[in-house]
Amino acid sequence: MSSSSSYNPPCAACKFVRRKCIPGCAFAPYFPPEDPQKFMNVHKIFGASNFMKLLNDVLPHQREDAVSSLAYEAEARVRDPVYGCVGVISFLQQEVDRLKKDLDAANADLIMLHSFPCHNVNHTWSRQNGRGGGGGGGVGGRWW
Amino acid sequence: MFRFHKLDKTTSTRCAVCKYFRRRCPPDCIFAPYFPNDNPHKFTCVHRFYGASNISKMLEELPVYLRAELVESLYYEAKCRVQDPVYGCVGIISSLHQQIQVAQTQLAKTQAEISVLNANFVVAQPPSSLDESLVQQNGVDHGLDDPFNTWFY
Repeated sequence: MSSSSSYNPPCAACKFVRRKCIPGCAFAPYFPPEDPQKFMNVHKIFGASNFMKLLNDVLPHQREDAVSSLAYEAEARVRDPVYGCVGVISFLQQEVDRLKKDLDAANADLIMLHSFPCHNVNHTWSRQNGRGGGGGGGVGGRWW
Repeated sequence: MFRFHKLDKTTSTRCAVCKYFRRRCPPDCIFAPYFPNDNPHKFTCVHRFYGASNISKMLEELPVYLRAELVESLYYEAKCRVQDPVYGCVGIISSLHQQIQVAQTQLAKTQAEISVLNANFVVAQPPSSLDESLVQQNGVDHGLDDPFNTWFY
């Protein structure tokens, strides 16, 4: 009788540390063997035992999301060893600020068009486009 | 008394990390510049998530001028994780992505509305009738090919 049907490959964590992956392995549900990089990142940044402590701090039904977010943070830190996720947050915050400025300008143009229907606001488009391409520092300098 | 002073000086110059581990803080302690003893919370917070050994490795892998930024970003991420043990700072990233999506949708909608109003303006004001009425009003042709020039007279 063949035993190949009952073979379970070791999870990525056990494979990484080269140990037997026992049934009920705590890492197995979150680190399938098909994605070894996920555990490597987590191990490098948090360490395996720290990681398990963090996982035990959350309720069982939240653990999958917690693992995903920790894996995301670890990957971000591997890509950007200085800033990690903080670099991503900074970039996205700048993007939000830029879009809000563009939206304010567009709303102002719309109000003007509604108030003075004879006006055409084509001239503001180039101002908007210039603002978007120039970056925040250039715009700030212009208004001083 | 001198001995008492000497012990006091050693204790007070230990960085927060060496104080935490109750060990002597050597002059070349890698943690000392970034974990002063007047802010013990910074290290306990970061240590909880990353571990002192991992922090030390991360510091060693970077040139000195980048290490302060590393520690501040680790501290920020650790604080986010304390506040939100499930999502940490990834929750903030997700929220920012949503804000960007909403702002992009609103901007596209507003820009479309502006385009429609501009198009209606062009349709409603054919150039020939505008030229005639202004020449009649001023008696002089000011070069009315560019309609914006008329608003300065």
